[in-house]
Amino acid sequence: MSKLADWLKNPGVLAAAPASIFLLVGFAGPLLMVLGYSFMPSKTFALNSVPTLENYLSVVSDSYHISFFWSLFLAALTVILLFPICYPIAYGMAKLFGKWANLVTAFIAIPLLISENIRLFGWVLVFLKNGILDGTLQALLGVSASGLLYTVPAIVLGLVYVYLPFMLFPMVIGISMIPDPLKEAAFDLGASRWQVFREVELPLAMPGILIGAILTFILAMGSLAESKILGGQAVVMIADDIESAFTFAQNWPKGSVLSVMLIALSGLIVFVLFRRIDLDQIIGRR
Amino acid sequence: MESTGTSRITRKFIWIWTSAVILFLYIPMFAVILASFSTQRYFRFPIQSFTTKWYTKTLESLSVRDLLWTSISVAALVTVFSVLLAFFGALAFARYDWKGRKLYQRLVLLPIFFPQAVLGLALLLWFSALGITTSWQTAVFAHMIWIVPIVILIMSIQAYSFDPALEEAAFDLGATRWQVLREVTLPILAPGVVSGSIFAFLLSWGNFPLSLFSTGADQTVPEWLYAKMVSGYTPMVPTLGSLTMSSAALMLLLVYLFWLATSGRRRKAQISTSSDD
Repeated sequence: MSKLADWLKNPGVLAAAPASIFLLVGFAGPLLMVLGYSFMPSKTFALNSVPTLENYLSVVSDSYHISFFWSLFLAALTVILLFPICYPIAYGMAKLFGKWANLVTAFIAIPLLISENIRLFGWVLVFLKNGILDGTLQALLGVSASGLLYTVPAIVLGLVYVYLPFMLFPMVIGISMIPDPLKEAAFDLGASRWQVFREVELPLAMPGILIGAILTFILAMGSLAESKILGGQAVVMIADDIESAFTFAQNWPKGSVLSVMLIALSGLIVFVLFRRIDLDQIIGRR
Repeated sequence: MESTGTSRITRKFIWIWTSAVILFLYIPMFAVILASFSTQRYFRFPIQSFTTKWYTKTLESLSVRDLLWTSISVAALVTVFSVLLAFFGALAFARYDWKGRKLYQRLVLLPIFFPQAVLGLALLLWFSALGITTSWQTAVFAHMIWIVPIVILIMSIQAYSFDPALEEAAFDLGATRWQVLREVTLPILAPGVVSGSIFAFLLSWGNFPLSLFSTGADQTVPEWLYAKMVSGYTPMVPTLGSLTMSSAALMLLLVYLFWLATSGRRRKAQISTSSDD
């Protein structure tokens, strides 16, 4: 008992308490309740019925695997496209830009502080029929490019656009962890540019790259605005299904099941990959 | 700083690529600003004639004032509460050594890695189960679930560079716990508090997915913009969008100027993103 009392007196525990309690009430609580609702009979609004698996079974037999597939596919595609887009920038920020790196960081971070809605709406204006792209092409070349909005490529562009910083910044930290002498040694020993990249740079930068990739993947998996604003009705992503189950259909248990499945899938990926990463080393590098 | 093994062509390519991507990031912002000055009811490009009438209309609209007031109230409260919670949260994250810290570090970051729309819906369920009517006050709570962990992360970066000897010296000289907090810990973490506050305010100001499910009958600016984009489009959408963007930019600029004015004495505490370790 006194061991517990000692632990509670530690300044670290005291300092961690307010935020931990807050997140317990505001994060763990709601998620546990969603888990609870996922076992309730369809269309009930209380947690006092006998637990049942009917929702899980009905979700499997319904066509929700299509929206799960789209979410998984689009999230994976986003990560794959962002890797080559971000790597040169991250390399530059970590190794080449010197005093300019802070400015580049600011330019890339500022859009994050502007509502996603407004930025996606900007893309709508670009791709709209008679919009900026279409209008310019018509005026200059007389060709029309009116069918671009509300398609899958438009959604992919939106996802790549919105999540670029989330992939980039952890990657910068990862690449800055590569000691230059190690690369020089590899070159001296006769390694080619590609070999140095694959055998030295990539493994050493992996923790940062991995964090960025996970972050991007998870956020893209659960994204709602991109497919709604840029995709129109082209594709239904899983977050969209969850929203309509909770709101229009007023079926909390069904929405809960879909949420639980999305969380379980994302959580599995995070936990498996995160076990290998030491946060002190990455955030606290000096 | 200069890295060996990077040829001049590669360097040039990296600079051009980075500039191109930054330009790409700002395309939609320019599009919105451009559209806000168009006379026409529905956007057409090239723009035939320019006007500022939508700005006058937007600024005179009473419903827009309500929206702005709601958004500002939410963001201000989120900032104050998040910074308070995150200040101690960051000390626990980075400064103190205690059993359970590794687990705490992982769990406290979990909400950042969580789809916000799903979190918003879970909170909607939570509020209604507890019998709480959703309004802008519940939105403050909802925003904080996501923003507190982010501010903890930002402040931790500062807290890692903290030298515990400074606090110990103060204790040895007879300072109380409260005095040490006020005279030693707080000034050292001040830059983290400032950047944490900016992030908290602007992330709350621009948040949509959490607001959508947690504001009830009240409406924030991003919610209104979305509603009008989907149905009932009005040129006030790009106008209000431009206004919120420029206010965010103005705020950043002011903070940057303030930072420049005071940077001399805090340069030592600053962790450069590009330093060679």
